[in-house]
Amino acid sequence: MLPNPLLQLRNVSKSFAGVKALEEVRLDVEAGRVHALMGENGAGKSTLMKILGGLHQPDAGEIRFKGRRIHHRSPHDALRLGIAMIHQELLPFRDLSVAANIGMGREATRWFPGWLDHGAMNREATTLLSRLGVPIEPTRRMRELGVAEMQTVEIVKALAHEASVIIMDEPTTALSEREVAALFDVIRELKQRGVAVIYISHKMDEIFRIADTITVMRDGHHVATRPAAELAERELIRLMVGRDPAQRAAVPGNPGAPVLEVRGLTLPGRFHDVSFTLRRGEILGVGGLMGAGRTEVANALYGLAPATVGEIRVAGKTVRIASPADALKAGIALVTEDRKRFGLVPRMSVQQNLSLASMRTRWIDRRAEAAVADDQIRKFSIKAAGRDQPVVNLSGGNQQKVVIAKALLTEPEILILDEPTRGIDVGAKAEIHSLISRLARTGKAILVISSELPELLSLSDRLLVMREGEVTAELDPLHTSQEEIMSFAMPL
Amino acid sequence: MTKESGIVATLMKSWGLAIALVAIGVALSFAHPGFLTVPNLLNVARQISINGILAVGVTLVLLTGGVDLSLGSVVALAGVVAAGMAHPGQYPVAVPIALGVAAGALCGATNGLMVTCGRVPSFIATLGMMTAARGLALVVSKGRPVSNLSPEFTRLGGDVGMVPIPAMVLVGIALVTFVVLSKLRLGRYLYAVGGNAEAARASGINVGAIQMFAYTACGALAGVAGVVLAARITTGQPNAGVGYELDAIAAVVIGGTSLSGGVGTVGGTILGALLVGVINNGLDLMNVSSYYQAIVKGVIIVGAVWLDRNRGKS
Repeated sequence: MLPNPLLQLRNVSKSFAGVKALEEVRLDVEAGRVHALMGENGAGKSTLMKILGGLHQPDAGEIRFKGRRIHHRSPHDALRLGIAMIHQELLPFRDLSVAANIGMGREATRWFPGWLDHGAMNREATTLLSRLGVPIEPTRRMRELGVAEMQTVEIVKALAHEASVIIMDEPTTALSEREVAALFDVIRELKQRGVAVIYISHKMDEIFRIADTITVMRDGHHVATRPAAELAERELIRLMVGRDPAQRAAVPGNPGAPVLEVRGLTLPGRFHDVSFTLRRGEILGVGGLMGAGRTEVANALYGLAPATVGEIRVAGKTVRIASPADALKAGIALVTEDRKRFGLVPRMSVQQNLSLASMRTRWIDRRAEAAVADDQIRKFSIKAAGRDQPVVNLSGGNQQKVVIAKALLTEPEILILDEPTRGIDVGAKAEIHSLISRLARTGKAILVISSELPELLSLSDRLLVMREGEVTAELDPLHTSQEEIMSFAMPL
Repeated sequence: MTKESGIVATLMKSWGLAIALVAIGVALSFAHPGFLTVPNLLNVARQISINGILAVGVTLVLLTGGVDLSLGSVVALAGVVAAGMAHPGQYPVAVPIALGVAAGALCGATNGLMVTCGRVPSFIATLGMMTAARGLALVVSKGRPVSNLSPEFTRLGGDVGMVPIPAMVLVGIALVTFVVLSKLRLGRYLYAVGGNAEAARASGINVGAIQMFAYTACGALAGVAGVVLAARITTGQPNAGVGYELDAIAAVVIGGTSLSGGVGTVGGTILGALLVGVINNGLDLMNVSSYYQAIVKGVIIVGAVWLDRNRGKS
């Protein structure tokens, strides 16, 4: 480690609504180097970057930039200091020229204030673009550019602000291999110029291609910082996941008879010819990118948006699922990805939400209902003021537990979980993981959709990968890697 | 918030309306000696019963997140349909009653079909029904009041001993609705549909059937109100009931039911109807002109909801 890093974070902590997102995190970023930040979703990377970018303020700890302690309070402050962030989703002014986008916020003027000097801005843009070796005409409109070019313009814009730290959050998700190579050329050029790049990505190969230093975070903590050259891939995964990748949360179950057989399921425009078999006691993971059609398949199986073609067999018998009522009757329950929309009635109490899908009698037996609610609250350790508290007042993790408990109260044979741990804190996440494994051991057939590859790898007995509405692979989690999964998930 | 003020706040939240009602009652009994007498209180009960029946009905629809603007016209239609069958020596009294209620239920079911199958917003569907049912009432009655009703029929608008029959009908309807909403699965589903229709569907609830029930029951209760009104004024009036739907909705929202659905109780609705009724009665006793009464009513409607909102915030 060099004696004087450009950017130093010490003991930075941040909580949201009582949940620790970051705990005493430290980070040293040196000029002219690419520092990769790795970790599972929810490890705290984004929170840390948002603090650096001025979107959040830390609760405790200090940030030193060029040796001076800084307290920036907005992205604008950060940019003025020289810390720029290239967001995952670019927000360019599509109908303005490249030069105007680069000059946005610090426009060249002449004659009197407010009179734009287009010539000067174009010349500046040309200089900056050529310095990075990017052949883009400064007079072109942003909307004519490809994603990669827009990203480059965004980086040039950061340079125009004389940024000395540039944060890139998953910059390559939408790029082709050739564009990635071009981006890496730009990053190398930035290094030459003494700019520090903080690079966030889930893609191992990229990290090892471009990073000089790797910091791993897990559950809001700093786990390790190592030179990239000294870190093996397997070791990196172990640091990220917190256990050996081969060591799985679920003891490989003993899958029994087929419970759910799906043949040729199709909903035009959403998914096409999806077939798979789910066995008793088995956890079948479904991986893929957002928009690959995974949620749509789950919603079709549950009758929220039924498929138009194909066959669904439950325990050997063909069933017609046109509504969630049909699915519940067939023993299928869904823990929805969108719990606010499909999972909960916000102003109803915990008790009433829990029982909503499993009310079997015309008259309500309040005492029995209350007993069930208390039982579930205990079993799932739902943190609520009581069974009468409206669910809208619970935290995300506790709401999610209510949704899962509600689904399980319907006593399904088949449980579909769509992103069961998205947006919930790490503690609740671990509880939900062990719950899923336990359920499988009691013989439930479970379908888990997740965008977190480590979660899928550690949880599933078998893995399907979807791409653009089709199943592209069936993998054994013990003998695959995140890279292999991604290779089947990425659009060609 | 201290513990004490917490208790006060909780009390105000669940009993605020009842406390307001009692306070106004006490004030009125001091202001006018005629207020706190049995005949006057029974008179209040008689006066609010039609509005109360409609309000209980529309509570069901508001709970599902809809609205019913056709109530006043349905009251008129049910009234002329019933009156047309209630001439002396024509049919047993059960026939006009049943047909009046059925006419209301049919209008309600039509509203329900438009909302569920037709996907027409309830505001529009029931606005259409408001106009159409009025027209139908005029067609059925050929535009003239239907009079010469049998005494068995008009008795419905009278008293048993000192107790007005319309008030007894209201109490009965309120009790049944209370049971439906708080003890039956059906009631829970009504709240769920209004609270989050998509989550209700995802819980296996047949959302359309629940909405159909709400609109049909609301229409049937408007039919009951129409029959009772015709009996009370001893005529089937095709022009009766104009604006009744808004009075009913006002009572419901004063009673704490949310216009966006999912929140509300029958008890609140009855209290809301009583509050409006008692204030009207008090102003009557004190010879305040009906022009001013309308202003007061407007202030109460907005004031009650405003208080409710700001109570909810703190």
